[in-house]
Amino acid sequence: MPETTSRDGVQIDLISGERMEGMASMEKVRMILDNVRDGDIIILEDGLTPEEESRLIEATMSQIDPDGFNGIEIETYPKPENTSSGLLGRLMGSDDTSKLTVIGPANQIETLHKDETIISALVSGN
Amino acid sequence: MGLITGIKESVSRVTDRLFTSPDPKRIGIYGPPNAGKTTLANRIARDWTGDAVGPESHIPHETRRARQKENVTIERNGTAVSIDIVDTPGVATKVDYEDFLEFDLEEDDAIRRSREATEGVAEAMHWLREDIEGVIYVLDATEDPFTQVNTMLVGIIESRELPVLIFANKIDLEEANVSRVEDAFPQHETVPLSALEGDNMDEVYDKIAEYFG
Repeated sequence: MPETTSRDGVQIDLISGERMEGMASMEKVRMILDNVRDGDIIILEDGLTPEEESRLIEATMSQIDPDGFNGIEIETYPKPENTSSGLLGRLMGSDDTSKLTVIGPANQIETLHKDETIISALVSGN
Repeated sequence: MGLITGIKESVSRVTDRLFTSPDPKRIGIYGPPNAGKTTLANRIARDWTGDAVGPESHIPHETRRARQKENVTIERNGTAVSIDIVDTPGVATKVDYEDFLEFDLEEDDAIRRSREATEGVAEAMHWLREDIEGVIYVLDATEDPFTQVNTMLVGIIESRELPVLIFANKIDLEEANVSRVEDAFPQHETVPLSALEGDNMDEVYDKIAEYFG
């Protein structure tokens, strides 16, 4: 991820499916956790496979520290088949069926709520 | 003599294979913390072996190590089904030791409990990927089942093509809403029960025999 100069705010990284495509499962997990531990919110265009989600939970647990990082909040959205009308679809020209995924640090995301058409996050600063 | 002995041994091996029941399937009891997994594991183990699996508590993450009860033989309709029950720690994506302070734990105890809980969750995920052959997914029917942890875990179980039963637990409580659990996972069979009170255990055992036998 490109470094930002200030950590006063909350960094949101919108990561394309293309960027994730060539990465091994553990590379994805490592990249997500490194960024979330830095306080970033990650939005994955294509989400993770169930196997990768399992490894993400396992790796998250190994990094929890009572003095700091206490885990992740995560929500996913399956993208409808054969449509590219969503915001990310328009931004990134994608119309696949994988799931949009939002991941952030549990100690900064006060609420992460999903209903049928929206994932909404209330995020506190660092 | 040697030839006859050899033939006898061969016949014995074939008949053993034909008439001995297959190895018990290892069935994992999964679900979020405080859904009643250990209460269910103890109920099943006590009903069929007389022993318990582990201690129960209202404090989340009481089970912090996967515990196995081997060779639990459930008899239904004249046939016997043997399973190994694996009671797993509740799965979560976050563990905050401060949450345990609300249950009057000292800070050192809360920190130790949170450390053990994280190891337990990781262990539960490892079991699911490597060793589990069927899953009983336990949900507290008084709680919202539409959570990301539930969605992810059921997705992981489905991706491994494991047989799965959803158990809507705590139906003895007035706030229990079984139809909400059924709506959350319509692709799977939901069985209502109270592991604590022993309600609807006949159907529970029928379904375990049907799915995992």
